[in-house]
Amino acid sequence: MVPLWFYLIVAAALFSMGTFGVLSRRNGVAVLMSVELMLNAVNINLVAFWRYLTPEKINGMAFAAFVFVVAAAEAAVGLAIIISVYRNRHSVIPEEADTLRG
Amino acid sequence: MQFFTDPNFQPWLIPLGPLLAFIIITLATNRAKLAPSGDMVYGGFRPPYGNMPVPVATPWSRFLSISVGLGGIIMSLLVSWSVVFRAIGDHDFGTSVVFGNSTDWLANGTQMLRVGVLVDPLNAVMLFMVPIVVLCIFIYSIGYMANDPRQSRFFALISLFAGAMLTLCVSDNLLFLFVGWEVMGLCSYLLIGFWFEKESAYKAAIKAFTTTRVADVIMLLGIVYLYHITGTLNFREIMYANNGALLEVLGNTPAILFGSFGFSAASLIGVFLIIGTIGKSAQFPLHVWLPDAMQGPTPVSAMIHAAAMVSAGIYAIIRMYPVFVGAGAFAADPHHGLFTQPLMLMALVGAFTALFAATMAVAQNDVKAVLAYSTISQLGFMMAALGIGAYVAATFHLITHAFFKALLFLSSGSVIHAMEHGEHHVHEHGHGHDGGGGHGTAAAATVHEHGAQDHSETHDAHAGHDAHGHGEEHAAHDEHAFDPQDMMNMGGLRNKIPVTFYAFMIGGFSLAGFPLITAGFWSKDEILADAWLGATEGFGPHAFVFVMLAVAAFLTAFYTMRQLCLTFFGEARTEEAAHAGLGGPNNIISQTMQLPLIILSFFAIFAGFVGVPKDFPILGSIFSSGGSFFFHLVERSVVPLGNIAPQHPAFNIFPVLVSFAVALGGLYLGWVMYGRKPLKAGEPDPLIDILGSSLHTTLKNRYYMDDLYTMLFVKPSQAIANFINVFIDKGLIDSILHGIARLAVWIGDFIKVLNLWLIYGVGDGIPRGIYRAGGWLRRTQSGRIQQYLLAVLIVAVLIGLVLAVTSGALAAPR
Repeated sequence: MVPLWFYLIVAAALFSMGTFGVLSRRNGVAVLMSVELMLNAVNINLVAFWRYLTPEKINGMAFAAFVFVVAAAEAAVGLAIIISVYRNRHSVIPEEADTLRG
Repeated sequence: MQFFTDPNFQPWLIPLGPLLAFIIITLATNRAKLAPSGDMVYGGFRPPYGNMPVPVATPWSRFLSISVGLGGIIMSLLVSWSVVFRAIGDHDFGTSVVFGNSTDWLANGTQMLRVGVLVDPLNAVMLFMVPIVVLCIFIYSIGYMANDPRQSRFFALISLFAGAMLTLCVSDNLLFLFVGWEVMGLCSYLLIGFWFEKESAYKAAIKAFTTTRVADVIMLLGIVYLYHITGTLNFREIMYANNGALLEVLGNTPAILFGSFGFSAASLIGVFLIIGTIGKSAQFPLHVWLPDAMQGPTPVSAMIHAAAMVSAGIYAIIRMYPVFVGAGAFAADPHHGLFTQPLMLMALVGAFTALFAATMAVAQNDVKAVLAYSTISQLGFMMAALGIGAYVAATFHLITHAFFKALLFLSSGSVIHAMEHGEHHVHEHGHGHDGGGGHGTAAAATVHEHGAQDHSETHDAHAGHDAHGHGEEHAAHDEHAFDPQDMMNMGGLRNKIPVTFYAFMIGGFSLAGFPLITAGFWSKDEILADAWLGATEGFGPHAFVFVMLAVAAFLTAFYTMRQLCLTFFGEARTEEAAHAGLGGPNNIISQTMQLPLIILSFFAIFAGFVGVPKDFPILGSIFSSGGSFFFHLVERSVVPLGNIAPQHPAFNIFPVLVSFAVALGGLYLGWVMYGRKPLKAGEPDPLIDILGSSLHTTLKNRYYMDDLYTMLFVKPSQAIANFINVFIDKGLIDSILHGIARLAVWIGDFIKVLNLWLIYGVGDGIPRGIYRAGGWLRRTQSGRIQQYLLAVLIVAVLIGLVLAVTSGALAAPR
């Protein structure tokens, strides 16, 4: 059986890629997709910890399901914001949406 | 309602009418509208108001004020005459019957000071005289004040005046009397200064007020001392209760002042009260206010000189007469040459004043000034009579004098009114185009000469001066300065105002004591008869009084004739006099001004017949077959004390002959000097040649008494006031105040600095710091979401590291 730390390494790699994408992509949609990656990394962690540490309880799965729901909601809201920004500014680049600059 | 028919209660109602009228007029009917002051005349004086709007009584307000004022005094007249006639009809009136009523007034420790009314024979005659004279004055005022802008105010004040006089008359105690006395003082001030636009008027008002006030304070001292000793101020309690027991107490107590010089308490109180009267009735040292009191409207002069003010002084003395005479160890008996100090004081002051004032009256040119001095002189007669014990004669003279002097004053007012009318006429028709050619007559020139100077100045000296070619200078003067009261401007008014002429003649002859047919003769004769009686018994004061009064009576007759001739006889000496008149016979002004003259003329003649001595040849048996009516009535007011019962002087031909001689002689001399050859325009007074210019000037200037008082009292007062102003007010008080003010300013400056440095520094510094911090922090707000997220990541990693280090997790591989 594959040991736990394999999963953890995959999840950490996935999370790091997601974080890098969030911080470095210029396209807003790509940033959103990177956020999805980070969420999925978290899901892998959740499910892995559940399967290896406490398989007799279901709270790990329940949490993973919640994260899916949140991810879906977040994607919907995020895309809606991006579309709205695009309509107003004809751009989906977060750096250019700096109206709140002090 | 039985109160209103009860004669004991009715006296309360006597002063009520005028007092109510005063309140109603003041509060309800005194309405005025604003009108330009251009054509407003205040007693012949046009104040320099420019064309400023001034309040003028509306016709409706005038009508209401007149109605209310007249209604009040008519109510008084009806009530008081009903009481008086009822009283006189009662045979026992004065002995066992007097009308009175009193009520508690002031609680004073355990004692209660009561206030009440009293009608006894003495004030019965006052209550007969005062309302009718006042009513005449009121009726007269309707016409006299018809064009005055403040007519309502006038009626309110004169109603108060009448109310105060009636209060004084019905009062049954000294304090209540003093209240009326003081209210009259106030009214005289307000009314003498009624035309306060004139400087002379308000100065006269202040002079009258302060002069009488000096005397009133001393009189109040007397009242207080009297109350201190007797514990009551009620007339009848002091004088008659327990057969005069209180009088004995007063007479036997040595006074707190001068007690060692033989002054009893009664004497000291008497002297104090007499000083009050000297002020109120204008006797010698304090007479100076009365001539100036003419500055008020003429009805007020009549009120002050006849009906009210000056009579009140004499009345108060007669009212308290038993106190002056005294009882016990210090009792006097003037009929036997025994005087107390107050009686002596009265005899000397009265006799001196009678002559002193008469000499001044001789040289006056102002028609009212002559009358004013004659008032002082006649009051001197009364004082002198009181001093020698003839209080009934004094009362008699008080009453007759009130009638004929009111008549004279109202007549003189009518003369002045006529002269003002003439002045108006001349002003309108004569002088509009005066280039010096059309009116170059002697008469017109005199107008200017006289008009250019104050009537109180020496007119004759100026007249002589003008003869040296200064007439032109005066002719340039405005004719507003024309004096309608100067007799030198009159002459020949006999045909212009005949009713006034006859009234004036009746009043004048009564004043002069024209034998047998005038009231003044009988009262004056009675005083002289009393004095003569004492003189024949060898009493010095009586003889002094007799001589002084006889000479004064002679001068009285002389100046009366002089006045009559200068005013009414001869030719008009000025254009104004030639056009004088009351504006036609049938207008309301001349009617209301002439009706009172007729009423008063009646009394000026017939009021004397109630006091004809019983044993006077022929007339005595006609008018007083059962003894003199007046004498028997009034003597009952002081009945129970033997030593002051008035004597009935047996008929003696000598004083009657003296009366005849002085009256007729004075009138004849006056006629010789002024009547037979009437004064022409611009001619000097023949009296100057006879007396010599310097003596005449002295008399005309009132013996320089006013200047003396100015020097002695007015100037020092002003100097003291000035000193206080400069050193105390400005020096001391102002410097303290300024010091406090400067300190406050200094404290303020300090606080201001504190504000700037501390409060502003802190208050402004905090927001400024916040602003700067904001400016600095705003740079972190780049608006780039990914930078924020990077920051979040860094912070999260840092927190993670910190947690890891502190929990020791990094040291795990051990």
